[in-house]
Amino acid sequence: MEKRVVFRSAWLPYALLAPQIAITIVFFFWPAVQAVWFAFQLQDAFGLHTEFVGLQNFEALFADEHYLGSFRTTAVFSVLVAFSGIAISLLLATMADRVLRGALAYKTLLIWPYAVAPAIAGVLWAFMFAPSIGIVTYVLKGMGVDWNWIIQGDQAMLLVVMASVWKQISYNFLFFLAGLQSIPKSLIEAAAIDGAGPARRFWTIVFPLLSPTTFFLLVVNIVYAFFDTFGVIDATTQGGPAQATQILVYKVYYDGVKAADLGGSSAQSVILMFIVITLTVIQFRFVERKVQY
Amino acid sequence: MAAVSFRDVRKSYTAELQVIHGVSMEIEDGEFIVILGPSGCGKSTLLRMVAGLETISAGEIAIGGRVVNNLEPKDRDIAMVFQNYALYPHMSVYDNMAYGLRIRGLSKEEISVRVQKAADILELEKFLERKPRALSGGQRQRVAMGRAIVREPQVFLFDEPLSNLDAKLRVQMRAELQALHRRLGTTSLFVTHDQVEAMTLAQRMIVMNAGRAEQIGAPLEIYAKPATTFVAGFIGSPPMNLIPSKREGRDALLGVRPEHLAPCGRGEAMMTVDVDLIEPLGSDTLVYGHLGANGAGARVAVRLHQSVDARAGHLAVRYDPAQAHWFDPASGKRIEQ
Repeated sequence: MEKRVVFRSAWLPYALLAPQIAITIVFFFWPAVQAVWFAFQLQDAFGLHTEFVGLQNFEALFADEHYLGSFRTTAVFSVLVAFSGIAISLLLATMADRVLRGALAYKTLLIWPYAVAPAIAGVLWAFMFAPSIGIVTYVLKGMGVDWNWIIQGDQAMLLVVMASVWKQISYNFLFFLAGLQSIPKSLIEAAAIDGAGPARRFWTIVFPLLSPTTFFLLVVNIVYAFFDTFGVIDATTQGGPAQATQILVYKVYYDGVKAADLGGSSAQSVILMFIVITLTVIQFRFVERKVQY
Repeated sequence: MAAVSFRDVRKSYTAELQVIHGVSMEIEDGEFIVILGPSGCGKSTLLRMVAGLETISAGEIAIGGRVVNNLEPKDRDIAMVFQNYALYPHMSVYDNMAYGLRIRGLSKEEISVRVQKAADILELEKFLERKPRALSGGQRQRVAMGRAIVREPQVFLFDEPLSNLDAKLRVQMRAELQALHRRLGTTSLFVTHDQVEAMTLAQRMIVMNAGRAEQIGAPLEIYAKPATTFVAGFIGSPPMNLIPSKREGRDALLGVRPEHLAPCGRGEAMMTVDVDLIEPLGSDTLVYGHLGANGAGARVAVRLHQSVDARAGHLAVRYDPAQAHWFDPASGKRIEQ
């Protein structure tokens, strides 16, 4: 059966595609091209004078200890967010898969955080953990923990990781639950008859069969940690204290908007663009071939 | 190898929903038992209770003299072949068969010997490195059997293992299963809804209906003497004709198999069929119709030999009274003569 639609008109297909193409060009390609263009320029602070400087912006970046530090921060942050996000949601999905009573309520509640905007999620967590008035801070103080993320970098990192993971768990959970439910029950039963206990069944049967889902989520979560956590960080630590939570995407914003270094900020965007392109290529090429059974 | 006993085995999900209403049977060591019945009769549930995949609500199941009610599946020393084969898709054929042996802590050499032997019996040597998705349905079926064989269990459990195969392959696998059982002599329980499979494979069979064992016995014995109208109607194709009738002055159901109705002259006819459907099958011809000159009676089927010329109209038939079966219309139970 012919599934493709064949248009007789010469212009109709283009007209139908036009809105999508227009949006893509205006909101994706144009800014991207501009970023590449500005990456090779140097502007003065008032935007009165622009000069072509070649690769100088990039050279300056890689000589900048703060920029390299931001790379390390991003690496730590995204690994923490991706791994704990995946691990916690896999645990929750495994439990949800076994729940018989109240399964719908349980699943619905787990999906709610996804509807919360990143900035709101950040504010919620910042409030709960606020050094002076936070309820969790109060409990922690009672336990003798000196909690003040405004001063302590590690605690600030912990806070933004928690808020970001909390926000992303719903998404991971849905994928894991669907993955778990697509594994035939008879496989688990066959393994039980073969003598495998619950833990062994999980690691030798369930987990390998979930590996395509897990790898997909790994890429999605890393991309999420790189880019979509901007709102969480801006609403809580704003990259501080002392750049302890200044991930790459936040530094792009800070250098470009607050420090008015348009050229440097654009160069950072270009680097980020390459990172996300690489991740996407890995996702589509490598993963779809390797993680199969 | 071991004997298996069912002692008034029951299964209920809630107080109202009971699906197995007390099955009792003694299965001897090395017997091939088929559990036959229509969908939803509880035959798979019964098998899964032996496997330990369903709890036993009441009664006892014993394997080799040991009551297994509270044992985990892995401690029951059974192996099961599933309808969809349940092969581990991410493991090679070799690893699929070796999985259970590795868990039991057998040495590498012992595992290799056992897997090679099973592969040899099932002609799987060439496929040991393949993944299940690179195998045909029949080969997957064999791997599933291989996984059961290597374990050398006391009992094999088969849950409709042939129903996903095409007709030709099914006949072939049936023969292979028989050969395998002759060779290994392991006690086997085989669930199916296919009466041909049941008749050809079983040494004894259990015909189940609505959670009850209607009849237990050797296939030919059940065919010759069905204990209830359900069994009479379920075994045999087309099923036994059941004709409302009178016997010793009381209402009774007369049962006659289609092949026991023979065409005859009008004078000696015991009944007349108003024919409305003729199915020539080559080796013989099936004729369907209603009884009585005006076609108002019970619907019956007659199996004619090819030589008999069948055409629409009225067909006069007779039967040997020794081949007749009688059933009580209320209880459906056989009336012994």
